[in-house]
Amino acid sequence: MDKNQKNKVVVLACSGIGKTYGALARDTAQELAECVRPGTVILTCLARLVMDDPEARLILSGNPVITIDGCPRDCAKRTVESTGKKVAEACQVVRFYAAHKDLKPEGLAQLNEAGRKLARIAAEELAATVDKLAAESDR
Amino acid sequence: MKIEFKKVGLISCSGEELPGGTLSRIACRRVLDEYKPSETVTICLPLFIAGGEEERTFAANHPTVTIDGCEKLCAAKATEKLSAKPRKALLVPEILKKRRASPPKKLRCFGPDEEDAVRAVALEIAEAVEEVLKEEKDR
Repeated sequence: MDKNQKNKVVVLACSGIGKTYGALARDTAQELAECVRPGTVILTCLARLVMDDPEARLILSGNPVITIDGCPRDCAKRTVESTGKKVAEACQVVRFYAAHKDLKPEGLAQLNEAGRKLARIAAEELAATVDKLAAESDR
Repeated sequence: MKIEFKKVGLISCSGEELPGGTLSRIACRRVLDEYKPSETVTICLPLFIAGGEEERTFAANHPTVTIDGCEKLCAAKATEKLSAKPRKALLVPEILKKRRASPPKKLRCFGPDEEDAVRAVALEIAEAVEEVLKEEKDR
């Protein structure tokens, strides 16, 4: 594993293409990696794990993992667990909408403005977990 | 005589970590929603790989077109591994080269700057769908 990929927190989103909450899960993960905790959060594609991509497996094995799912089928969480890796934190994005009913996410390919705001809020809320996990893996 | 109309399943890579994955997903949705709404259906790749029986049965019994954002070809490989070989396996970088469109640089929030690339990939998918349906009709 590249030394730059140590002591990171891996975030895996479901990215379900048929549901708005899949888009919200994806946007939340990207918001974390690009804006809220850049340099700490790394993304990897869910499909790479299933395809036994060695680099993706290595990144996963050496760092704590947060999964973000768009529906109760928990595909991201289940995919990670199928590799034998324990998920440090598993969340479903609907919980963020339940707490912020004024921000109704819409859109399948891309989120509407309210959805993007909700993704930002979700990423900021998850940042505390990221920080905690990053601190633990530093020890 | 019973005439069965087959729909083509579009399977886009999830590609959370690269712009090609986002492009694949957005172009796929455009085909589903605008270009070929009555001839296509999508299959959620995360659910497909996490063990969704309905999705796997569909892909085994219907022609599929996979769209991958990078050379790892996760969607094509996952489809073949878990269900059946895709009828067409499209690769975003090859499409952009063929249609002389600039690759996107952003992970999300695509807009006018990415429109040429989205249209190029969506048109290529739509053409692949037409070819597959013609092959089905000629069988």
